[in-house]
Amino acid sequence: MRLVEAIRSALSAILANALRSLLTMLGIVIGVAAVIAMVAIGSGARNLVDQQIRSLGANLAIVTPGNVTQGGARLGAGAASSLTDEDAEAIRREVDGVVAAAPFVQGGTQVVAGGSNWGTRIYGIDLDWFSAREWDVATGRTFDPEEVRRGDIVILLGQTVARNLFGEDDPIDQIVRVRNVPFRVIGVMAPKGQSAFGQDQDDAVFVPLDAGRRRVIGRNYAKDGSVGSIFVKFAHESDIQPGIETMTELLRQRHRIVAEHEDDFSIRNLTEIANTASASANTLSMLLAAVAAVSLLVGGIGIMNIMLVSVTERTREIGLRLAVGARPRDILSQFLIEATTLSTIGGALGIGLGVGAAYLVAQLAGWPSLVSTNATLIAVGFSALVGIFFGFYPAQRAAKLDPIEALRRE
Amino acid sequence: MALIETRDLRRVYELDAARVVALDAVSLDIDKGDFVAVMGPSGSGKSTFMNLIGCLDKPTGGHYRLAGTAVESLDADGLARLRNREIGFVFQQFNLLPRTDALGNVELPMIYAGCDRRTRRDRALHALGRVGLAERAHHRPMQLSGGQQQRVAIARALVNSPSLLLADEPTGALDSRTASEIMALFQELNREGVTIVLVTHDAEVGRHARRLVRFRDGSVIEDHRQSPVDASALAREAAE
Repeated sequence: MRLVEAIRSALSAILANALRSLLTMLGIVIGVAAVIAMVAIGSGARNLVDQQIRSLGANLAIVTPGNVTQGGARLGAGAASSLTDEDAEAIRREVDGVVAAAPFVQGGTQVVAGGSNWGTRIYGIDLDWFSAREWDVATGRTFDPEEVRRGDIVILLGQTVARNLFGEDDPIDQIVRVRNVPFRVIGVMAPKGQSAFGQDQDDAVFVPLDAGRRRVIGRNYAKDGSVGSIFVKFAHESDIQPGIETMTELLRQRHRIVAEHEDDFSIRNLTEIANTASASANTLSMLLAAVAAVSLLVGGIGIMNIMLVSVTERTREIGLRLAVGARPRDILSQFLIEATTLSTIGGALGIGLGVGAAYLVAQLAGWPSLVSTNATLIAVGFSALVGIFFGFYPAQRAAKLDPIEALRRE
Repeated sequence: MALIETRDLRRVYELDAARVVALDAVSLDIDKGDFVAVMGPSGSGKSTFMNLIGCLDKPTGGHYRLAGTAVESLDADGLARLRNREIGFVFQQFNLLPRTDALGNVELPMIYAGCDRRTRRDRALHALGRVGLAERAHHRPMQLSGGQQQRVAIARALVNSPSLLLADEPTGALDSRTASEIMALFQELNREGVTIVLVTHDAEVGRHARRLVRFRDGSVIEDHRQSPVDASALAREAAE
């Protein structure tokens, strides 16, 4: 029997029991839809993480001050202000593979522009910040070296701050007040989006390091040239680990820490943290796909079940076909094609449902929608395979029927 | 050479411990163009004989040649091919596919013969014409009377121009008038040259054949020629 005719006859058998066929297909529909939607959601999540990693800047480590002991009380990490401009300078100069070392101070503050005001984070930064974070201005200009050296009262606004203070107006050359100090806006930073920790990175303003230390952010940063933390950017990922060891040695020397004492700073490899996050997103999407694959398997068992029922119901038909000259392999392929047609139609319906579900989730979660062509092809191919695999046993039972017995069956 | 030649044909069933000899050394020739009624009570071996000459079953012993082919040496595929080309079956319960129209049912044997669509259609319509149902080609079995359904089944049996039409109680599910009409059709086909072997336990039906073979306990106990009753006359009488 030719394939086209076999498929046509399979379709008519499927249509003859439309409701039953539909219910049988439902398992495959849900299975395929689940695979497509889960893979889409999983890779959407992974892409989001990747995006956040890229937004932080690649090949990055951060040096933060360590704890400090005051009168027997050990204050927490970052309590000390042990890092200085000179530390950053030394790292830049002496550690191999370092392309930027950006010392900065930060604090929370209220920014006032005319009638409106906005609470945000303020960063005191130097020029290395822009290369370390791979972050530039969208409009206006960045600081010039002289402004940084003198600690001029100029300011760069993050997108969120610019929008909240100025709306649609151009903020360049406007004056904003921070702690009553009038800063002139020279630029607006490019949008950066959410950080890996869910923080809006565009909700920030940036001033030259010395302006921040002296005029805005309290503590005692100003008097000894100390900084909050230092971002260190390396040229290659392989430079990071040896670089961290060199930096540790360097900073211990510079801080005159004797052998048995703890570091008064800590260094974290941000790229490693990001890679871990990416890996766990990967694991998540594998897990989702595995769960979805199980549902496809369950759908296949449903098909096997209904095909067995169908073989029993149509025993006389099989007997007749054998009597008029069907070979056992004709019967086998008839039922195999029927099972495969059933599961492939289910698979096609599942694609529609899965793509729809993925799109919906992407819309609701605000993730990039990522229906993977590969996952779709694999799911459909797999559903056809499920049909063949689970259709084989019932089809073989049909093919092995004795024509005399089959014709006699009521 | 006879169309059907059986020599010492045996069929033994092994049921648990018991051995049942359903057919015991049957040697029978049936010529081309003959109309043979195979009769006997249930358990006489006539159904076993029909299954064997219909190539649905294989003998335990002996030899069977159908149109020159030694059947006992064939495998399952070879038997299927022989059934497809040389034998047309007519059953008591018609065995039509319920969701397929008359034309589709008649086309079925040709699908397995590998005919293309056009040939199938032409030959199926021609076969339906032979049994007087050309205008019912697109009716489904449920829309046809019992007699019409059996005519569709006969058209299906004829469509591959087999050398043997094998009918198993073809009138068993029909009223006597319709039965006479079907028997008249068989006689007409036989006059046109179709070889018919008809299995029945009904003596009235058996009278329409030209030769009568009677089975009992697995053996042929009677085999003679007879002058057949004209079924079309009976059908006319019943109609009046």
